[in-house]
Amino acid sequence: MNATPIIFLVVAALTLVAAFLVVTVRNLIHAALWLVATLFGVAVIFVLLDAGFMATVQLVLYIGAIAILIVFAVMLTRRVMQDVGPQRNSNWWLGAIVAAVFFVAISSLLWRTGWPALPGGDVGDTVLALGRSLVNPDQYVIPFEVASVLLIIALIGSIAVALPGKQSE
Amino acid sequence: MPEMNIGDFLVYLYDLLGWLLGVIGLHSSAVSLLQKLVAGFVLANFAMLTPIFTIWLERKVAARFQDRLGPNRVGPFGLFQSFADIVKLVIKEDITPVGADKVIFNIGPVLAVMSVVGIWAVIPFASTMVGTDINVGILYSVAVGAIGTLAIMMGGWASNNKYALLGAFRTVSQLVSYEVPMIVALLVPTLLAGSMRMNDIVAEQQVWFIVAAPLAMMVFLVSSIAEVGRAPFDLLEAESEIVAGFHVEYTGMKFGVWMLAEFVHAFTISALAAVVFLGGWRGPLVDQYPLLGAIYFLTKTYVVYMVLLWIRVTLPRVRIDHMNALNWKFLVPLSLAVLVVTALVGKAVPADVSAGGRALVLFLSNVALAVVSISLLAGFSRKLQAVEQVSIDSSGAGG
Repeated sequence: MNATPIIFLVVAALTLVAAFLVVTVRNLIHAALWLVATLFGVAVIFVLLDAGFMATVQLVLYIGAIAILIVFAVMLTRRVMQDVGPQRNSNWWLGAIVAAVFFVAISSLLWRTGWPALPGGDVGDTVLALGRSLVNPDQYVIPFEVASVLLIIALIGSIAVALPGKQSE
Repeated sequence: MPEMNIGDFLVYLYDLLGWLLGVIGLHSSAVSLLQKLVAGFVLANFAMLTPIFTIWLERKVAARFQDRLGPNRVGPFGLFQSFADIVKLVIKEDITPVGADKVIFNIGPVLAVMSVVGIWAVIPFASTMVGTDINVGILYSVAVGAIGTLAIMMGGWASNNKYALLGAFRTVSQLVSYEVPMIVALLVPTLLAGSMRMNDIVAEQQVWFIVAAPLAMMVFLVSSIAEVGRAPFDLLEAESEIVAGFHVEYTGMKFGVWMLAEFVHAFTISALAAVVFLGGWRGPLVDQYPLLGAIYFLTKTYVVYMVLLWIRVTLPRVRIDHMNALNWKFLVPLSLAVLVVTALVGKAVPADVSAGGRALVLFLSNVALAVVSISLLAGFSRKLQAVEQVSIDSSGAGG
């Protein structure tokens, strides 16, 4: 008997419950912490897919940096301990339309994708294969470099925004 | 008859456990699951019981540095002081502050300990004694450590106390920013070993990486001390500024769990430094007796731990703007420079040069880099002093 499908089902269910709670709990900090739980569930699913590198990157980036920044921003912007704001504003229907369109787009994409069966047995060093494919001209070197340039632009842009102007001195 | 190998003793115990469970009729997958659970239990308890000794060691060594005697009442040399402290913490009243977010308040310390103990899963005690040798070991140690930051934020926020929240805010600026140079510094040994697997990194160190990458080790140690949040980077709990920081509302054993997390973390980064830069289990005769590797590894870990203690009791607390400046203006650029220089020099050295020669070339490039950065720092400091002198002169003329 193989335990992997059971683990997958349990983890996927927990991830979905956590994701549902992100948008339904009234306390913003709790929502952010449920988001952390959701991201952790996704990391576990990466582990189940033999993608250890993706799982650890998910932990470092999404939980270690992005989720903490979200929690930090929420703590700074409102008095979350006392103040429980309304969950909807007047634009809720626009959000609902966008979410519905996005859901249809993604599910139709998933429907049409052919799912190739993974090669069984030992797949070798996945980190090595990933690294090779990122610098291989026949594979992903152009998307990789474009993403790097995009990140550098974002970095320089954020420095330019944060830099004190001449008039402030 | 094969030579009886004491190093395989634990492996033998592990197999014996598996055989016993198999005999009582368990399925093989359940057996391996139980084996792993027992091994994880032993490993986690090793990590969590170590502070009983290291707290005593720390207090004794700190006392010697400060010309005191330190604990000397309970047991020989005060060795049982930690047990007395634990009993005291357990019987103290457990208070949850009014308006605290109870669930998050209680999860915080547990998550902090979990994030540190999790790192021990990938630390190789000896070539055969490693929890799980995953191919992203180094990155995993950083990733699990990142959860600790979240734990401190949760504890600080849920306490419903302004000082605790301020402590949590300082945490973000300190821990998140010091993660950057730490990760870049850990990239250097990854580059040298050509793998993120802990055992591969140890196996590649015919010459310890402290020779080939001394600057990377320095950056790693400084940023890890900041990650643990002990002196001189104990701004998270600066008693004179924000009472006790994020754990001001914690009492009794919950406070004890925070302390446990800090002490295990300090010991864990010593172990990481020993594995990544000091050759881990490598040492004489380790090929014949793998268990010797564990002794070498623990010895190296305690040497690094002593260095951390030495830094802790010698240096005063840094100011918060100095703390950020040190990270972003010094450690991050330096770690990036070390990474680029190591990559270029490592490629420039011909492949047929021996490991020692390669390490020597890398060491010399590190020395050159150190000279350049020190002269840059000296120039910057002179400029700063000149500006201060001008402002003193002008204010003197005005008054």
